[in-house]
Amino acid sequence: MTGFAALLRRDLRLSLRQGIDLLAVVLFFLAAGILFPFALGPEPELLGRIAAGIVMTMAALASLLSLDRLFAADFEDGSLDGLVLSPLALELVALAKVLAHWLSTGLPLLLAAPVLGLLLNLPADLYPILLLTLLAVTLALSLLGGLGAGLTLGARRGGILLAFIVLPLFVPVLILGMGAVTAVALGESPMAALELLLALDLGLLAVGPWGIAAALRQLLR
Amino acid sequence: MHRFANPGRFQRLAARLLPWLKGLTALAFLAGLYLALLASPPDYQQGETVRIMYVHVPAAWMALFAYLLLGLASASALVWRHPLADVAAAALSPVGAAFTFIALVTGALWGKPMWGTYWVWDARLTSFLLLFFLYLGHMALLGAFDDRSRGQRSAAVLALVGLINLPIIKFSVDWWNTLHQPASVARFDGPSIDPSMLWPLFTMAAAFHLYLLAAVMERMRTQLLAARLRTQRQARFETWQGEPGA
Repeated sequence: MTGFAALLRRDLRLSLRQGIDLLAVVLFFLAAGILFPFALGPEPELLGRIAAGIVMTMAALASLLSLDRLFAADFEDGSLDGLVLSPLALELVALAKVLAHWLSTGLPLLLAAPVLGLLLNLPADLYPILLLTLLAVTLALSLLGGLGAGLTLGARRGGILLAFIVLPLFVPVLILGMGAVTAVALGESPMAALELLLALDLGLLAVGPWGIAAALRQLLR
Repeated sequence: MHRFANPGRFQRLAARLLPWLKGLTALAFLAGLYLALLASPPDYQQGETVRIMYVHVPAAWMALFAYLLLGLASASALVWRHPLADVAAAALSPVGAAFTFIALVTGALWGKPMWGTYWVWDARLTSFLLLFFLYLGHMALLGAFDDRSRGQRSAAVLALVGLINLPIIKFSVDWWNTLHQPASVARFDGPSIDPSMLWPLFTMAAAFHLYLLAAVMERMRTQLLAARLRTQRQARFETWQGEPGA
C-alpha cells in the first residue's frame, strides 16, 4: 500500500508543479461555459434552467483535456515500464493514477463550478446538490476516462480517438448526475439518482482499474 | 471450438459453405420481402408504414446479436488467444455497425409519421445510438495502431466494456416506459402480434441472420487472405533484401 500512496503522491506533485495544466482545465471549463449565454441569449430565466446541465457537460469535456497525458507521459519516458515491473499490482497503479487525475482535475472543477453557476444564473438551492453530484460524477468520469486513456495509449491521433470512445461512455454518468439535480429542482428527493450514481462509481472502481491494467499489459507485453 | 482454430481449415470450410449460405440468404430475402411488402396486411392503426417494421426489427435484433458475438469473440481472443477470434471480431463490427445504422434510420423514418418526429431522446433510442458509437469506436481502435495486435487487444477490451450496454438496450423499454413500444415478440406470454405479421417478420429475421453469417464469414475469409498476402510480401521483401546487389 505504501507504493500506492507514493505513486499517488508523485502524480499529484507532478500535476501541481505543472500548475499551468491544472489552470488550463479550469480556464477551458469557464471559457467554454460562458459561450452559452452568447449562443442562447442572455435571458436569466432560460440560463437558470439549463445552467446545471451546462456546468456538468462542461465538466465532462474539461476532464477529457488532461486525459490523453494520463499514461502517455509515463509511457514516453519509460517510467510506465518501471511501474509495470514494480511489485505493486498494475491494477493498483492504474487506480492510483486515476485517483490522481480525479484529485487534480475533479477538485479544481468543483471549485470553479460555483463561479460558472453564478455566471449562468444557477438557482441558489441547486448549488449543494450540483456540487455533491459533481463530486461523484467527476470520479466516474476519471475512471471511464482512464480506461479510454489506457485503451488508446500509443495510438495515432490518440487524443481525438480517446474523446470519440469516452464521450459515449459518459452518457449514463451525465444522465444519473442530472437526474439528481433535476429531482431537487422539481422539489423531489434526489436519493434514487444519487444512489444509482454511487453504485455506478463503486462498480467502476471495481472494474475500471482491472480494465485499464488489462489494456496497459497488452501494450507493454 | 479449437477444431476450427486452424485458419486453413476455416478457409476450406468457408469456401464450401459460402455459396450455399449466399444462395439461401438471397432466397430468404426474396421470400421475406414478398411476404413483408406484398402478402401481409397493412396495420389497422399504422397503415402501410408497418412494413418498415419488417426491416427495422430484424436489423435491431441483428445489431444486438452481432454485438453479443463481438463480445464473445473478444473474450475468447483475450482469454484463449483463439487465432480466429480476432479475425471474427474485426469482421463483426462493421457489419454490426451497418445493422445498427439501418435500425436507427428505419426507426427515424417510421417515427416521423407515427410519433411526429424523427428522433426523441427516449431510453431505447439513446442506448441504441450508444451501441452505434461503440461499434464505431471498436472499428476506430482496431485501425489506430501501427502494431495490429495492439489494436486488436484494445478493441477487444472496449467491446467487453460495451457489453454492459446490451441488457440496458434490451430492457430499456420495460424499465423506462417511454415512447418506444415494449417488446411484442419475445414475451413470456407469447407474441402479441397477429400471425399474419409474425410470419413475414420471422422470415425477414431468418434472412437477416443468414446475411449476417454470410457477410461475417466472407469478411473473415478475405481478411485471412489479406493477412497471408501480407506475410508473403514481407517474406519476399526480406529475401530480396538478402540478395547480393540489392
